[in-house]
Amino acid sequence: MTTTGTEQGEAPVTPRGDGPGESPVVQTSRSKRAARVAEAASVGVKTLLVKIALLSIVDAIGVYALMVLFLKQDWVVFGAVLVVTAVVNWIYFSRYKLPAKYLAPGLIFLLIFQIFVVGYSGYIAFTNYGTGHNSTKQDAITSLIVSSQQRVPDSPTFDLTVLEKLGTFSFLVTDPDGTVSVGSTDVPLTPVTNAEVDDAGKAVGLSGYTPLKFNDIVSNQEAIAAISVPLSDDPNDGTLRTPDGSSAYLYLSDLVYDEAAGTMTNTTTSTVYVDNGKTGSFVAADGTELLPGWKVEVGLANFAKAFGSESIRGPLISVTIWTFAFALLSVLTTFGLGLFLAIVFNNMKMRGRNFYRVVLILPYAFPAFLSALVWAGMLNPQFGFVNQVLFGGAEIPWLTNEWLAKFSIIFVNLWLGFPYMFLVCTGALQSIPEEIQEAATVDGARPGQVFRLIKLPLLLVSVAPLLISSFAFNFNNFNLIYMLTNGGPRDVTAGVNVGATDILISMVYKVAFVGASRDYGLASAFSIIIFLLVALVSIISFKQTKALEELN
Amino acid sequence: MRIAAPETSDLYIPTKRPFSFRRWFLDTGWRHLIGVVMLVFCSFPLLYVLSASLHPGGTLITANGLFSEVNLGSYQTLFDLPQQPYAAWYGNTLLIGTITSVCTVFLGALAAYSFSRMRFAGRRAGLLMLVLVQMFPQLLAVVAIFLLLNGISDIFPMIGLDSQIGLIMVYLGGALGVNTYLMYGFFNTIPASIDEAAKIDGAGHARIFFTIILRLVAPILAVVGLLSFVGTTNEFVIASIVLITPEKQTLAVGLYQFVSQEFSSNYSVFAAGAVLAALPVMALFLWLQKYIVGGLTAGSVK
Repeated sequence: MTTTGTEQGEAPVTPRGDGPGESPVVQTSRSKRAARVAEAASVGVKTLLVKIALLSIVDAIGVYALMVLFLKQDWVVFGAVLVVTAVVNWIYFSRYKLPAKYLAPGLIFLLIFQIFVVGYSGYIAFTNYGTGHNSTKQDAITSLIVSSQQRVPDSPTFDLTVLEKLGTFSFLVTDPDGTVSVGSTDVPLTPVTNAEVDDAGKAVGLSGYTPLKFNDIVSNQEAIAAISVPLSDDPNDGTLRTPDGSSAYLYLSDLVYDEAAGTMTNTTTSTVYVDNGKTGSFVAADGTELLPGWKVEVGLANFAKAFGSESIRGPLISVTIWTFAFALLSVLTTFGLGLFLAIVFNNMKMRGRNFYRVVLILPYAFPAFLSALVWAGMLNPQFGFVNQVLFGGAEIPWLTNEWLAKFSIIFVNLWLGFPYMFLVCTGALQSIPEEIQEAATVDGARPGQVFRLIKLPLLLVSVAPLLISSFAFNFNNFNLIYMLTNGGPRDVTAGVNVGATDILISMVYKVAFVGASRDYGLASAFSIIIFLLVALVSIISFKQTKALEELN
Repeated sequence: MRIAAPETSDLYIPTKRPFSFRRWFLDTGWRHLIGVVMLVFCSFPLLYVLSASLHPGGTLITANGLFSEVNLGSYQTLFDLPQQPYAAWYGNTLLIGTITSVCTVFLGALAAYSFSRMRFAGRRAGLLMLVLVQMFPQLLAVVAIFLLLNGISDIFPMIGLDSQIGLIMVYLGGALGVNTYLMYGFFNTIPASIDEAAKIDGAGHARIFFTIILRLVAPILAVVGLLSFVGTTNEFVIASIVLITPEKQTLAVGLYQFVSQEFSSNYSVFAAGAVLAALPVMALFLWLQKYIVGGLTAGSVK
């Protein structure tokens, strides 16, 4: 704060251009600038040091990221990181941009992990991303060729020393004709001249690498057996592999990739697999597909699948209806019970109200995912408490019958959700002025009328936004569904893994992450459908409540 | 009007009316009846899981005999499971929850301060955007988040898949959307004259924010921090796809897998895990409940 005094003293000085009659309240651009100068100058030395330290950490991370990205030649991300780092520096070194200084940290995370991922979902929905279509065409070709490799029967023997550098293994290979070269799974063989060679002419070491001893080879047997070092950039040339860690043999693939024609040929059966440009895989004339394939844009195919194929459209529609029904019923039941209890306990004469309130909060305080798991245990048809004790050993299929499972979900959600509504309604009831009620009573209204015609409308005005957000929350109440019934009972006729109590978001999760075959493209298409539904609901509800007009 | 009597009158002798059960019941007694019913309804599942946890080697069926045995054996077993590193899950949950909630509060408070105290181009649009973003929770884009982190781990394994830092960063993406609007409302209730007085005394914007405003809005910070902590503890979807190694997982992911593997046979151990997992959250909740009630209604009742 050393310079504060003088700088601040100068700040209010009327700028030269102003006439003597002008009011000092009017802010000219010069006086605004002067105020900013004063503001900037009032920053203490310590604050400045902290600011510089923080910024240099950010910049160090940024520069490190840029270097890594430069080496990986990933130019899109490189550009993005460069822009973000530059913008951050520009904002924080600028004397102005005060609001931006406060908004930038949260906004960066928001943009990447909330806004960008929504757009990215939109992109994935138009691809065939999923099991068997995970990466680029080049990767798919390499992995197809490697996976169908067999040892060449008359392969020459290459003398081999396995080297280790920073945790990755490389092959140091001596050809039968004496050429020494080094390579690893990612780097094709390249000749080297500076290798140490033993008396027999076998290369045994290379500067910068550690040769593996026999013990190391034994303890890393599996990892070493899995290494296949390409002979050259062309995957058709084959790779070197080792069964024992001391000599390597040439492995060649049945499959040969013809780069000019873009076809894959099986040399044993002489079947030709063609990239048809649509499915992102090589397909033979008889329709057999070589997998893995690669990721391609498939246009509206995922949406066509969702709405066109009977086995998916049916479940999709019933899941959507159930999602809306579940969200609506959840709000109505929890609000109903919460409001009822709020009225019951909103009586000044009643003793122990605080005790009851703490008890009523308990289900809200208990972590929701655990509640669902505990209830799943209690509702277990054979061993659960409800059937064994309350229903005397009856085997009521609470979680496995379609309709009982739906009922159980609403019931457990009531247990989970009513305390929130109770708290909210209690707060809203207590904020209604007592005079209104007295005035109504004086005017001759009966207690029922007071409640129905006066209290309830006032209450609804204040809790309506919370009811909407409660609806939105339950619309995506994944935990309850997934932990209680796992979406089941499963609909066996459906073309996707989906059950009677699945809601949209749990269906997305199951299609994308549960089971052996993952279909990110279709799951993203479902996500996009949820986005549109949520947007529709929020537009309607915001129009109703006019909540947005109150923004100021 | 029935019992109103001028107490100042010397002639009136206030006789205590004989206790009438009927009158008491119609007035407040029935409320207690409902209260007791709700007491059983609310606390029964919690007592059930507590009793199950105190029955070592218990299964679902033995759990039905409430408190037939009281023994802490299951709590010991819980920490000796080779496949399920419960202690690690517990630590991870606390760590991820604490870091996320502290950062969420900080990022949200920064944004709320600028929206509440500064006037700038795009301010209204920004507020509008925050309200809209609230409607679209992150888990809707779970597939894209997974693939984004998958791509990041090719370049920076530190913050990609199977990394807790990556998970926290994803959670922070939701920091502004969920809480800023709530905080913004609370910041607006702090009179701007306080800022102005401080400014005249020579304080810069950062000093005003850190030393004055943050202290005045402490209740809402507590609420947002708690809600964020509870939300992170409960979060399953994103945590389950990001964290792969068992030692890195959180309680929600770990306990769910534990249950789905051996639900009915090893129920007492799960119950013990559930009781311990619920303790910090419930303690925080009951401790801060005064603030929570205020915070929840602050959003609705203006």
